[in-house]
Amino acid sequence: MSNTPKTLFDKVWDAHVVRSIQDGPDVFFIDRHFIHEVTSPVAFLGLKNRGVKVMFPEKTFATADHNTPTINQHLPVEDPLSANQLKALEENAAAHGISHWGLGNPKNGIVHVVGPENGITLPGMTVVCGDSHTSTHGAFGAIAFGIGTSEVEMVLSSQCIMQAKAKKMRINVNGKLGKGVTSKDVALFIISQISASGATGYFVEYAGEVFENMSMEGRMTVCNLSIESGARGGMIAPDETTFAYLKGKEKAPKGDAWDTALEYWKTLKTDEGAQFDKELNYNADEIEPQITYGTNPGLGTGISQNIPFASTVKDGEASYKKSLAYMGFAEGEKLIGKKVDYVFLGSCTNGRIEDFRAFASIVKGRKKADNITAWLVPGSHVVEQQIKDEGILDIITAAGFQLRQPGCSACLAMNDDKIPAGKYAVSTSNRNFEGRQGPGSRTLLASPFVAAAAAVTGMVTDPRDLL
Amino acid sequence: MAYDKFNILKSTAVPLPIENVDTDQIIPARFLKATERKEFGDNLFRDWRYNTDGSPKADFVLNNSRYSGKILVGGKNFGSGSSREHAAWAIYDYGFRCVVSSFFADIFKNNTLNIGVLPVTVSPEFLVKIYAALDADPKTELEVNLPDQTITLLATGEKETFAIDGYKKHNMLNGFDDIDYLQAMKSEIQSFAKQMVL
Repeated sequence: MSNTPKTLFDKVWDAHVVRSIQDGPDVFFIDRHFIHEVTSPVAFLGLKNRGVKVMFPEKTFATADHNTPTINQHLPVEDPLSANQLKALEENAAAHGISHWGLGNPKNGIVHVVGPENGITLPGMTVVCGDSHTSTHGAFGAIAFGIGTSEVEMVLSSQCIMQAKAKKMRINVNGKLGKGVTSKDVALFIISQISASGATGYFVEYAGEVFENMSMEGRMTVCNLSIESGARGGMIAPDETTFAYLKGKEKAPKGDAWDTALEYWKTLKTDEGAQFDKELNYNADEIEPQITYGTNPGLGTGISQNIPFASTVKDGEASYKKSLAYMGFAEGEKLIGKKVDYVFLGSCTNGRIEDFRAFASIVKGRKKADNITAWLVPGSHVVEQQIKDEGILDIITAAGFQLRQPGCSACLAMNDDKIPAGKYAVSTSNRNFEGRQGPGSRTLLASPFVAAAAAVTGMVTDPRDLL
Repeated sequence: MAYDKFNILKSTAVPLPIENVDTDQIIPARFLKATERKEFGDNLFRDWRYNTDGSPKADFVLNNSRYSGKILVGGKNFGSGSSREHAAWAIYDYGFRCVVSSFFADIFKNNTLNIGVLPVTVSPEFLVKIYAALDADPKTELEVNLPDQTITLLATGEKETFAIDGYKKHNMLNGFDDIDYLQAMKSEIQSFAKQMVL
C-alpha cells in the first residue's frame, strides 16, 4: 500500500477507473449522468442503430432546459423543431426507463440547478452531461465535466467513458472579499488572470479561505465557470457547508446510509504534501466587481478599470482588436457609464436563489431604467418558488421587473430570448462569445449585483455605490 | 458504429488564423435543434460565413474560392466553449478530415477524435509557417501522416511530429470507436458497478 499523499481529484478519479488502457485513456465509471434535449437525441439514435439498451437507467436523469420557452410554458411550444426535441427527450426517457423532468414538471429547471437542489449530485461522485457547464457539480467535491454526444452514448450504453486523467492545478484565494464582490467576481477575476485557455488540460481544485467561506450557491458559480478558463472541471473539497446543504435533500442518502456516506465524504480532501502540476495564489483584496468587455470570458477586468490596450494583452493583437471591434469598444475606454440595453439575470451560473437575493437587494426601492429590457429567469421551479416565498417577487415587481419561467433562456439564445444585433447586454451568464445571446448581440458578463446596478441606472455602474 | 479510417491525408488546406475560435462560432446554438446528425455542414461558421439575409460574406475564407481542402488550420485555443459535438459534426459534414492548431480546447479535441476527424497540434512556429505557405500559395499541400505522426509542408518538406495516444491512433487507423470497445467489456463494468456504494 502506498502512502503517497493524494489530491482530492486523485482520490475521486482513482476510485472510478475500471481499466487503464496502456498508452491510452482510462475506462472511467460514471455515477451520475444528466441529459437534456439538445445533446442526447443523436446518442439515443446511436443506441437504436446498435441495438443496445441503456445499461443503468437509474443513473441517468433527464430534464428539458436548453430549448424551452420562458413564458407561457403551459402552452404548446411554438417552434416545431424545439417541440420535436422536447418530444424526443420525453420518448427516449420513457423508452429506456429514465427519470424525466419535462416542461411543466415542478422539478423542471436547468440541469445544473436541479441536479444539486434535489441531492442527485453528491461528494466523491463522477458526474457528466452533454454540456460544458457540468463543471458546476464540482462544488460538491465531485469530478464533473461536460462531454460530447458520442460520450453521452458511451455512458448510456456502458456507464463509462474513455478519459485520460487531466493534469492537476490548485488555485488558492485567501483573505476576505470586499463589499459587493461575489463568487462570480472571483471566477471572472481568475479567468482574466490566466486567460480563456489558461487551465486547458487541467482539472482545478479551488482552495483557501474565500472558497471555504462561500455558500454552496457561490461554490457552484465558481466551479461552473471553470470551463471558461479551459479547465476540464473544477472542484472544492466538501465540508460542513456541503453536508448541511445536502442533508434532507430528496435524493441524498438517509439514516444509516447518510452516516456511512458522511464518513467517506469527510476523507475527500487533498492530503498534506500532495503534488499539483501547477499552483496559483491570489488574495481576495485584489478582486473588485468584475465585468467583461471582449468576446471571450478571459477579456474582463475590474469594473473601475479601463479597457486594456492591445499592446498589453497576452493573446494576439489581431484577435483582440477583432474582439473589441465586434463589441464596438475602443482601447483605453472607461467601462463605467457605458450604455446598456438589456439585462439578463439567470443561467446555470447565476440562476439560483442567492443570485435573486443579490439582485433584489439593489433594485429594492429603486426603479428599472427606461432604456433597459430585463429578463429575470430563475434556474428552476424550486428557485421560482423561493423567490415568491421570500418576498423577492414583490420587490422586483415594485421596481418594474417581471419574472420569467425557468430555463437556459438568453444564455445561449436557443429559444426566443435573443438579444438583438448590436445591443448591449449585461448578463450574469457564462459566455460573451460573438452572437452567443443572439446574432450580433454584445455581452458584458458580470455578477447579479452589477446586473442590478445596470438595470436601475441604464448603464455600467459600480454596484458598491448602490449597496 | 465505425467511422472513416484515417491513414495518410494529402490535401490543400483552409486557413483560419483567428485565436479562441469557440464552438458557438463553429455552429451557433440556434442550429442545434435537429434530432438527427445531418446537414450541420451547411451552418458551419454560419455567422462568419453568411450575412443575416443569407448572402455569403465575401471576406470569409470559406467563401474564398482560392481556398479549399480537407484540412482546416485554426488559431490557438481552437474549439473552446460549449461541449456541443455538433461543432465537430459540422466540420466533418463540410468535408474536413483534419483540424490543425497550436492548441485545442479539451472537449472539442475529444469530440473530433470520437468521430474520426484528426486534431493535429503543431508548435506556434510551425503554425505560422503553414499560414505563410498558404498565404503565398493557396494550392500548397500538406501531408498528415498518422502512422508516422508527422505533418509536412510538401512545398518545402518542412515537417513536425504530433502527439496522439496509442489507443486513439489505433482506433483512427482502423475506424474503430470507443463504444465497441466498451460493449466488449460490459461484464467487467457490471462487476465494477456492484462495488460502488452510491
